[in-house]
Amino acid sequence: MSQSLAWNRKDLIDVEFLSRAEIETIFTTATAFKKAMAVNNKKLPYLKGRTIVNLFLEPSTRTRLAFEVAASRLSADTITVTGDASSLSKGETLRDTARNMEALKADIIIMRHCASGAPNYLSKAVNIPVINAGDGSHAHPTQALLDAFTLLEKFGTLEGKKVTILGDILFSRVARSNIICLQKLGAQVTIAGPSTLVPKAFEAMGVTVSHDLRNALEGADAVMLLRIQHERQSATHFPSIGEYTSSFGLNKARAKWLKPGAIIMHPGPINRGVEIDSELADSEHSVILEQVTNGIVVRMAILHLCSSAHNNETIQLPT
Amino acid sequence: MNLLWIKNGRVIDPANQRDAAGDIYAVDGNIVDSLSESQKSDATVVDASGLVVAPGLVDIHVHLRDPGQTHKEDIRSGTQAAAAGGFTSVVCMPNTSPVCDNAGTIQRIMDKVEREAVIRVYPTGCLTLGMNGEQLAPTGQLKSAGVVAVTDDGKCVQSNELMRRAVEYAKMFDLPIMDHCQDASLTKGAVMNEGEWSLRLGLRGWPKAAEDIIVARNVILAELTGAHIHMQHVSSATSVDILRRALDRGAPVSGEASPHHIEFIDADIYDYNSVYKMNPPLRTQEDREALIEGLIDGTLCCIATDHAPHSPTEKDQEFDAAPFGIIGLENSLASCLTTLYHNRGLSLSKVIGLMTHKGADLCKLDAGTLSVGAPADICLFDPDQQWTVDATKFFSKSQNCPWHGKTLKGSLKSTYVGGKQVFDGTSITA
Repeated sequence: MSQSLAWNRKDLIDVEFLSRAEIETIFTTATAFKKAMAVNNKKLPYLKGRTIVNLFLEPSTRTRLAFEVAASRLSADTITVTGDASSLSKGETLRDTARNMEALKADIIIMRHCASGAPNYLSKAVNIPVINAGDGSHAHPTQALLDAFTLLEKFGTLEGKKVTILGDILFSRVARSNIICLQKLGAQVTIAGPSTLVPKAFEAMGVTVSHDLRNALEGADAVMLLRIQHERQSATHFPSIGEYTSSFGLNKARAKWLKPGAIIMHPGPINRGVEIDSELADSEHSVILEQVTNGIVVRMAILHLCSSAHNNETIQLPT
Repeated sequence: MNLLWIKNGRVIDPANQRDAAGDIYAVDGNIVDSLSESQKSDATVVDASGLVVAPGLVDIHVHLRDPGQTHKEDIRSGTQAAAAGGFTSVVCMPNTSPVCDNAGTIQRIMDKVEREAVIRVYPTGCLTLGMNGEQLAPTGQLKSAGVVAVTDDGKCVQSNELMRRAVEYAKMFDLPIMDHCQDASLTKGAVMNEGEWSLRLGLRGWPKAAEDIIVARNVILAELTGAHIHMQHVSSATSVDILRRALDRGAPVSGEASPHHIEFIDADIYDYNSVYKMNPPLRTQEDREALIEGLIDGTLCCIATDHAPHSPTEKDQEFDAAPFGIIGLENSLASCLTTLYHNRGLSLSKVIGLMTHKGADLCKLDAGTLSVGAPADICLFDPDQQWTVDATKFFSKSQNCPWHGKTLKGSLKSTYVGGKQVFDGTSITA
């Protein structure tokens, strides 16, 4: 089985660099981990003795926890460094911080950073694997991969499926990585939201841009909601949260525009009553918590694959 | 007597429409039309066979970082870099530390230029005190101290009222105003051109409108006041169009293009390499074409490098954190020859004109020509010889050069200032 797995990368910086075969390798690996955990919820030994540094230089709860759990499930030791605790606040450069981690014999660096492109930079500064846990408004590859994994569990294939991403696209790394990942898997992607946060220029990435919610939702197999990121926007992007909700908030009436059986996704954290009606978030259409659970096995797969490639090891999977 | 005879070269002196095989003579630092036979036997003779003999290049937009930021560059290293690039006159920007908003700082720069510079350096003064855009700097005192233009380069005066008064006031002293055109309200946090690539890369976009609005404002204020406003490093196609229409009406405006904006585009940032981070940002292919068109038809009167040194440590950061700016003095002749002469078929004379007398005329410098009586500031180059840029070998203290590793056509062989060689193709000789 391991012979058929396409993987030769030490880093995961962006979905953009992955071939469809590589994406499918991640999913094959994640599926094997998911099955093994369903049978026997014990730790797997693949990263035993390895040290993983979670370098989280921007606040994160879900992603950081999911990576910590994934590392733990693979028997790795984890050290978490947050922005405040690091030397960066003392004026150390990112290159020096990372090279110190390497000198301390870390085996993998998982980084969350507020600057777009920081993981691209870091992967050139160190030799050990770098996993991007979200960089600025650029990319969040593990989120996109777990989203696609969740969609594939529901639909079996993404060929020809219509997926609408709704909300603040301009500042969203989740949206960018999803646009790329979903298209690589054959889905048709529509992005929707206020014109100031969903500029037409995104059409260059092959998506349909819509500022009409009904139009964007009709016929969609899945809708991904994104949080309005107050921390990244300037005051001028839209009038108020209330105005956003009245135009683009997803509620029960609007959800009826979706294809019957369509699913509702959200990378979290959700703002109930803002981008999504509270009731809808808890409805049978919502896969929000499944996304979180799938985030563990997808990240386990990525850690395992990158580590194996870096150490020139044959990829082992649970039988 | 200091006698110089450069013979057998292809003499190109665009200001005098001269492009022919010939000799250039200088006596005691100035160009003369001939030497007597006895002078010829005493002269330093330079064989320029196969080379172009042109006026020393003139750059009206450089940052020498002196005083205050001499870890990036100083007057000695910056003028050595200029000499190695064929430049014999540069106009330096006032955003030093302290800024050049008072005669004392200008005097300090002039004193150091006297001691350290290997080429001619002309300072500029600030338009506003502290470059804060709130109160006029003492333009008259700055002029007396020797500035050739006033500018808040790097910062654009945001208040239209203050800009109007500044240009009206500077006109009294017959000083050109050079403006860095940027509406700051449109560029908060922005690091690259707004467009497809800023969306792809998730970097904060800098719309062309930020430049276009200020270029349009400056055209309007120039027409209102009659004062000359020069637009620095024009980067946008729309700005070129605004300037072209203004010039057709006879408005007292002008614009420059930088070698990097006619060479690179926003897509070059695809891998977040901060060596492509500059202000204004690299634009699109369409803008690049419009800038070249603007140079061809004269809408943009000259090429200026915006040589902006930053130390390797400062540039070696996340794209958002790295400072804006790149250096270009040592490769600009070659990059402009490659882009405009070799690849676009502009004449050598046209390219040399854009890099010599056009900028000199704007700042009223006694430079940029080989006219009889002019200072014997001369550069010799082989327009066809290829070389590969190696920024680690630059005379500049900094290496933030996007041409590093690129192969260009056009190799500088010698630079003369006042009839004396300052660069011999390898080393600084001054």
